[in-house]
Amino acid sequence: MQYEPVIGLEIHAQLKTNTKIFCNCSTSFDQQPNLSTCPVCLGLPGALPVLNKKVIEYGIKTALCLNCKIADKNIFARKNYFYPDLPKGYQISQFELPLGLGGFINIGEKDNQKRIGITRLHLEEDAGKLLHRADGSLVDFNRTGIPLMEIVSEPDLRTAKDAKEFVVKLRDILLYNGVCDCNMEQGSLRCDANISVRKAGAKEFGVKTEVKNMNSFRFMQKALEYEIERQIDELESGGRIIQETRLWDEAKGVTVSMRSKEEAHDYRYFPEPDLVPVMVSVQWVEDIRKTIPELPDEKKERFVSQYNIPEYDAKVLTTSRDLADYFEDCAKLYSDAKIVSNWIMGELLREIKNDNTDIKDCSITPKMLTDMLGLIKKGVISGKIAKQVFEDMYKTGDAPQDIIEKKGLKQIMDPNAIRSIIKEIMAGNPKQVRLYRQGKTKIIGYLVGQVMKHTKGKANPQLVNKLLAEELKRD
Amino acid sequence: MSKFYEYSICELNSLLLKKEIKAVEITESYLKRIEKLDGKIGSYLTITAEEALKQAAIVDKKIVNGEKISVLAGIPLAIKDNMCIKGIKTTCASKILHNFIPPYDATVVKKLDNEDYVLLGKTNLDEFAMGASTENSGFKITHNPWDLSCVPGGSSGGSAAVVAAREAVAALGSDTGGSIRQPAACCGVVGLKPTYGLVSRFGLVAFASSLDQIGPITRDVRDAAVLLNIISGHDECDSTSINKELPDYTAGLGDGVKGLKIGLPKEYFSDWVDAEVAVCMDSARKILENLGAEFIDISLPHTEYGVATYYIIATAEASANLARYDGVKYGYRSPDYNNFLQMQKNTREEGFGAEVKRRIMLGTYVLSSGYYDAYYLKAQKVRSLIKNDFDQAFSDCDLIMTPTIAEPAFKLGEKTSDPLKMYLSDIFTISANLAGIPAISIPAGFAKEGLPIGLQFLGGAFSEDMILKAAYAFEQATDYHLKWPK
Ligand SMILES: [Zn+2]
Repeated sequence: MQYEPVIGLEIHAQLKTNTKIFCNCSTSFDQQPNLSTCPVCLGLPGALPVLNKKVIEYGIKTALCLNCKIADKNIFARKNYFYPDLPKGYQISQFELPLGLGGFINIGEKDNQKRIGITRLHLEEDAGKLLHRADGSLVDFNRTGIPLMEIVSEPDLRTAKDAKEFVVKLRDILLYNGVCDCNMEQGSLRCDANISVRKAGAKEFGVKTEVKNMNSFRFMQKALEYEIERQIDELESGGRIIQETRLWDEAKGVTVSMRSKEEAHDYRYFPEPDLVPVMVSVQWVEDIRKTIPELPDEKKERFVSQYNIPEYDAKVLTTSRDLADYFEDCAKLYSDAKIVSNWIMGELLREIKNDNTDIKDCSITPKMLTDMLGLIKKGVISGKIAKQVFEDMYKTGDAPQDIIEKKGLKQIMDPNAIRSIIKEIMAGNPKQVRLYRQGKTKIIGYLVGQVMKHTKGKANPQLVNKLLAEELKRD
Repeated sequence: MSKFYEYSICELNSLLLKKEIKAVEITESYLKRIEKLDGKIGSYLTITAEEALKQAAIVDKKIVNGEKISVLAGIPLAIKDNMCIKGIKTTCASKILHNFIPPYDATVVKKLDNEDYVLLGKTNLDEFAMGASTENSGFKITHNPWDLSCVPGGSSGGSAAVVAAREAVAALGSDTGGSIRQPAACCGVVGLKPTYGLVSRFGLVAFASSLDQIGPITRDVRDAAVLLNIISGHDECDSTSINKELPDYTAGLGDGVKGLKIGLPKEYFSDWVDAEVAVCMDSARKILENLGAEFIDISLPHTEYGVATYYIIATAEASANLARYDGVKYGYRSPDYNNFLQMQKNTREEGFGAEVKRRIMLGTYVLSSGYYDAYYLKAQKVRSLIKNDFDQAFSDCDLIMTPTIAEPAFKLGEKTSDPLKMYLSDIFTISANLAGIPAISIPAGFAKEGLPIGLQFLGGAFSEDMILKAAYAFEQATDYHLKWPK
């Protein structure tokens, strides 16, 4: 029997505002627990929430990128439930009137695109964090009141791979807009999935499960693949799927039942009386629209046409806005964009990946990189030496000119100097010289190598080739 | 000269300015009076004698130094114990907050502080302001200073009682369905509930967020206007507070009622209004007519749904507002638990009183899935109808006059076993909260047993200046406000 998986996603993104959603507490807190708190986010008696407008702005920005309709009237509601990390006993969230409705994201390659619907985008506050210890549980309220954006997709996804691509696309949009860090490991981007399977061709959905606790893109795909398999196996062996929440167990590579939906909460939503409705004017939306940067897909296409680089290069270079900006800065300083792309995709990204750092923290500026490319072009250094210079630049942050100067890496261009080295090498390798003259001309490679070795790679290779051929033919 | 407790805010201020008395002497005289009387009346939950004397001394120093002082400088006030004051216990008369010391000041408290007021203490209330007799306090009973066997009204019973008994010059109360006006009427003092949004709620421990409003309880109308001048105004910390140019509420007090059109809603003058209350209302009408006011009959047709609507909306909001008391962060925590669920259950079971539990259950029920539309949503619709009633009425008249309470203060224990009867105590005051409009209760006479009777003026949103003006005119023509329990 053939089965078709049906997947819908619920994504929670922490917004990167400076202050929390309803108070002035800072959202950055590497400090100790409960330091970034105040009467409002601690839910002390009498404290009242005041909405941070920036949160709405970030929400609108994202909703526009997801092609959503923006609600002109936004109402917050209280979602009531008891949990020790929820200081007010309710979460302020959007319920009936979310900020964004009915959008979509396209996934897949250009000629084979799939449109994945976005049901809604709404704003809410994050809860605190529990720390369980042998002697009891502790609560850290630093995270309480961090603005969250919840994005819910339609059940339009059909494979785990598509689901991953959807989240990657969404992440790129969030990152490009600078509204979220999108760190799944640290929880600034959290993804839950609703999964069901149905017989191929069936119209109705099967019973779904909700999978939580997928803490990275890699695990997400694995967890979804596992859950799809599990459901198919269950049905094939005559069982039935129970509507429930399942947790992904990373260590064991399985999903485990957490609680069944029968015990689900009645959240008793009602409009939050402490906040007034937020009206979103057309003008406000248009002002925000102007601040939306070029998104990855558009940028990729532009790179291909403007810089004449292959589509693959463009895709790699646009994976982050910082990387794309880096490339463009370089391309402005050095006209051969393909060479720039080669160096960034090869040497630069390798170093960055090895060090597990970010292009933003890279010690090689676009100016340094393109200066070095210029020096290669002018013949001051060879491409091979350049790799040495590059590594040095990366480690020290020194300018390429300085490195070449200090280490004496300048290419030897003087024909007389090269000629005298050639003579020395020829004298030391009479056998090879003889073989060349007997017609085994391929042996010239060996002799070139010896000259280069003698000069520690600094001799200009073209010049060495030319002069060596002349010298060998001379006698 | 030691009976400083006989003077109003404005009188004390002029005595201070003339250097005829010292702020410390005023405070001392009040502290002595509290010591003498409060054992019988029971209106204070916390008395801040030391801080009060310190604050009064600061004011005296300012006067000696020739610094300019505010009208409120050195004036001893009491504050209902549901408003946060930094470093001073704020209990809401609930065991669940028996040890809660806020780390911050309510906005109204900050405003009073800026004027150098003197805090005498925090007053008793029905637990979390839920009640009409102050009998629901988790700590003690407050007695009506006019008759110790009667209730002072509620929920701001402590604040009304201290003003009536001259245990404070004036006090702040909070009004969700009548909790300032009803006790003011029961205790024969002035109580003003401002327009929703005129006074910041920041730091007022929430009962029903869309209805709660802080206001003054004073011995005369001028003092109410003086306090309103100070506590009103926009607050960035309260999203529902209104940003609006406000008048000086004392400026137009003496303008009189000549030409003012006063509506008498027929729904408020039904048979079951106590005969003595009806007599007072009649005489009030005559007095105001003599002053040049004109009376017309009006109708507020949805009045009868007020109480039901109120008890759905208020309890729904309360059920969420009181969810935070779980024993995790502050206040009472049951010693008896093995896990969070038990801790929270036992804490709430042991910490809340019966009436609070009743309202939490009611509110939880009306918000439950399947009942939300039938109760909460319908109540919101009726609330709009009640609001429309008033909009309609105020197109025909300038303000509305009604009794504040249908009968004088009842006996302690009389209604504690019948919550529905208790709920009806607020029948004339609830609509103003639902409509968000201002209303004032002022003394309007006495029943045969000597218990005070109150009348209420209601006005359109932000018409505080008008209802104060009418109240002042009535007050000047009568002497009810000059009487006080001996
Ligand atoms: Zn905070």
